[in-house]
Parts: sequence; C-alpha cells; structure tokens
Amino acid sequence: MSVIEARGLWKEYGRDVVLEDIHLNVAAGDFVTVVGASGCGKSTFLRMLLGEETPTRGELLLDGRPMPEEPGPDRGVVFQKYSVFPHLTALGNVLLAEELEQAAITARLLGRARREALVRAHEMLERVGLGSAAKKYPSQLSGGMQQRLAIAQALMKNPRILLLDEPFGALDPGIRKDMHALILELWERLEITVFMVTHDLKEGFDLGTRMLVFDKTRVDPHAPNAYGATITYDIPLQHGARSTDRLPATMLEGLPSNHDEESN
Amino acid sequence: MRRLINQRPGRVLGAVLALLPFALVVLAYMTASTARLAENPGDKLLPSLISMADALVRLATEPSRRTGEILLWADTAASLARLMTGVAISMVLALIVGTATGLIPYLRRSLSPFLAALAMIPPLSILPILFITFGVGELSKVVLIIFGILPFMIRDLQQRVEEIPGEQFVKAQTLGGSTWQILLRVAIPQTLPRLFDATRLALGAAWLFLIAAEAIAAENGLGYRIFLVRRYLDMQTILPYVAWITLLAFLLDWLLRRLNYWFFPWYSTGRAK
Repeated sequence: MSVIEARGLWKEYGRDVVLEDIHLNVAAGDFVTVVGASGCGKSTFLRMLLGEETPTRGELLLDGRPMPEEPGPDRGVVFQKYSVFPHLTALGNVLLAEELEQAAITARLLGRARREALVRAHEMLERVGLGSAAKKYPSQLSGGMQQRLAIAQALMKNPRILLLDEPFGALDPGIRKDMHALILELWERLEITVFMVTHDLKEGFDLGTRMLVFDKTRVDPHAPNAYGATITYDIPLQHGARSTDRLPATMLEGLPSNHDEESN
Repeated sequence: MRRLINQRPGRVLGAVLALLPFALVVLAYMTASTARLAENPGDKLLPSLISMADALVRLATEPSRRTGEILLWADTAASLARLMTGVAISMVLALIVGTATGLIPYLRRSLSPFLAALAMIPPLSILPILFITFGVGELSKVVLIIFGILPFMIRDLQQRVEEIPGEQFVKAQTLGGSTWQILLRVAIPQTLPRLFDATRLALGAAWLFLIAAEAIAAENGLGYRIFLVRRYLDMQTILPYVAWITLLAFLLDWLLRRLNYWFFPWYSTGRAK
C-alpha cells in the first residue's frame, strides 16, 4: 500500500509549466530523497505534498485518498529556516504540539495533562540530543540545534510522512554529518516515511533508500517555461553503498555535485 | 587620519557630546533672558530660571485658591488618565484587529482599504464632530486619541503579522493547529512586543491629540493649563509645564521599552543576533 501516489500530475502557473506528468508511488517506510537543478520544481512538489499548492491536472493521493488542500498533522515538515517558533523555548516548541491537540480553545494545558505532556516533550528533546537546552530560546541555539528542535517538534505528532525541505542546507559540513546520523536513526526507529528535498547529491545518495531526480526532458530555448520537469530517474539505493559510479554520466550534468566533500 | 565614518567617541566624550546641545540651549536661553530682564525687570517673555523654579514649586505644592487642588498634580492626573485610557483601549483593539486582519485573508480584504481610508482623515478635523456627539467631557478626548492612533497601530500590527515567515504558519498547521489556536499561540505572542513598539511610536501623536482636545474644551489638564495661562503671557508656568510634559513622555517611552525587555526576552535576544 503506497503512502503517496501521484497519477499524471501537472502543475502550471498560467502558461508556465512547472511539473508535467509525474507518476509516483511511495511505499510506507521509504526514505525518498529528491534532487534536481534549482528551479526544477522539486520544492513545488514538496509544497503539493504539504497541501500548500494543488495540482492543476492529475491526482495526488495520501493513503489512497485525495491529498487534503491544506497542511495537517498527518504530514510533518522541517524547512531550511523558520521551522521553530522564536517566542517559545525549546521545550515550549515541542510541547506546543501536545497543547494544540488536547486544548482546542485555550491551546494550553494545566495540571496533570500538562505534567504528562511535559514528560513526553522532555523525552522527545532527549531523543534528538537537546535535553540540556530545554529552557533556551531558538535564537540562543546554533543552526544545527534549531534543526534538531524542528525535527523533534515535527515528530511529536507521529506524522504519516516527514517532509524535509533542504533541512541541512544551511549547516556546516561537520554538523550536517551529525544530522544525517540523527535523521537515519529516527527513521529506522520510528519506521516513518521520509520525503526529503536536497540540492546535495551526496546527501541524497547517503540518506535515501530511493532517489528521485527531477529534470526537464524537453527544453524550448525560446520559451524556457513552456515545458515542465518530471521524474527522469528513480533509483533504488542501498544504505552505505556508493552508487555514483553506476549512474549514467548524462544524469549528473546540471546537478550540483559535492566532489570536494567526497574526498574528505 | 581615519575617515570620519570610522571615528567613534569614547564613553566620556560621548556623554559630553550628548549633553552639549542641551547645555547650549539652556545657555542661549539664560543669555537672552538676562539681557531682556536687565532692560525691563517686568519682562514676561523670557523669565529667569530661578523664577520658573519658584513657579514650579508653587504649582506643585500650594493648593489653588479657586479649587483648593494642587494644580500640577491635578492637571497631571487628569491628563494621564485621558492619555492612558485612550492608549490602553487602542492597544487592545489594535492587537485584536491587527492580528486578525493580518492572519485571515477575508478580514484583511474587507478591512484594509477601509482602515487605510480611515487613517487618511485628519483626526483634529473630526474633533467638532466628537464634541457634538460625545459632549465636551472626557469621552470625546479619549475618542480623539483612539481615532488618532488606532488606524495606524492596526496597520502596523497587521504588517508585523504578515512579516512572520509563512513556514511558521505551515508548521503550526502540521502540528494540528486551528485558525483560532494559531492566532492565540503563534500570531498574537509574536506580535505583542511589536505592539509595545507601535505604542511607543503612537505616544507622540497621542500627546498631540490630548493637548489639542484639552486646549479647546476642558476644565483641567496639562494642555488646558498652558492654553489658559497663555492669555496672561504666563511663560513662568508654560515653560515648566512643557518641560514636565516632555519628562512624562520620556518616562512612558522608557517604561514601554523596559516592559518589552522584561516580558519578551526572546524578542530582544533574537534581534541582537
């Protein structure tokens, strides 16, 4: 049973075609990484999965039902920036998920319900390695810690899928490695489906069980927006295996590669 | 020699530079006042600093012969009550309407053009209407202050809400937040410190409308007093009153800034980075 299914999906803005004829089945538990040149519509596709955008043609299904037209708790998300609330402490950020769920009117918990929620919030912070930073505000956390917090916050709702939009793009290489380990560990332990957009090809290979490449198959030089991108490669991956050598050379053209990092 | 844009004064020199304009103004006043008083000891236009201090002490300690009140404190209490009422009501309304219109597109479409038009009406031009409608009592003065600052404050807060990154609203929805919950836990808390900033900006206008309304129709108040004694060219009273009003305005501004700092630690630390 596929969690995400796209059937002949198109996205157009007026006469500009962004995505054309996308067919996709994502099984539960997959770690799907999405790569492609900038402007190839991979972020647009992610926004459609979020419910921020709707397809202009075709169907997009979540668990066999049409994708809701707005974001919801079944799809957690971590953006590159602004994923956490600056006015809440780390603990408050994680706790908010419980408060929104249990207190419809006040959005605040009291007494026993609050104590129980606090225990779960603390557990989640521990799990992502932020146990000692519970009382800090996001502006007092480093970039990597902020993203850890964003992941913890998203996981509080036990989402069906976790959507990651270049979540580690702004981090230093060393920190990024730690984050890779964290996300893989969480993915394995919680058995969730992850859908991650990245511009880092190596990251796509290292993390995914499956990599999608978005690219344009047709280009009209006089009307660059006349044709949209589609999924040109759909590569099953083994974790830990170096798969770059098996790729067709043409595929790597136009993709930002990170050879400098590979040599590390 | 470094460029002028790269040169900074030290601590002591900085303090001296900051005090210099004040000292120059006082000095210029004293010179002019002494010159005029030497020519005509009965001159009322530029009273000496000593006579102003005497007048201020009298106003602040001796009960008025007519009403038995100590004028400075009675005027201050009356004016501050009007100002605070108007500003407090504006703050509450601005927070509710500003965040709601910032967050909900339907409300924004319906209210934004109306508020923009409302903000264009010169508030003082409707003062007669307020006097006719609400009488010349306290209500019309408070309404004038609200009318003068509320549209601007609402628009300011609405823009602040629109400046909150869209990612946060998406994130709140993925955490299961409803429109009401997002208003309550995301939009309003992040707009509150902005409300204090907007209020600080609005205070100048609020004082203007307060003094204008008091000058035209009132029985007490700081604005009433200085316009009353103007008839007698009583600069001895007017100048200390103006200084006192300035001090009050400064203290209010300082208080709002401190409140922001105390209540919203995340706001100041976030901006420092």
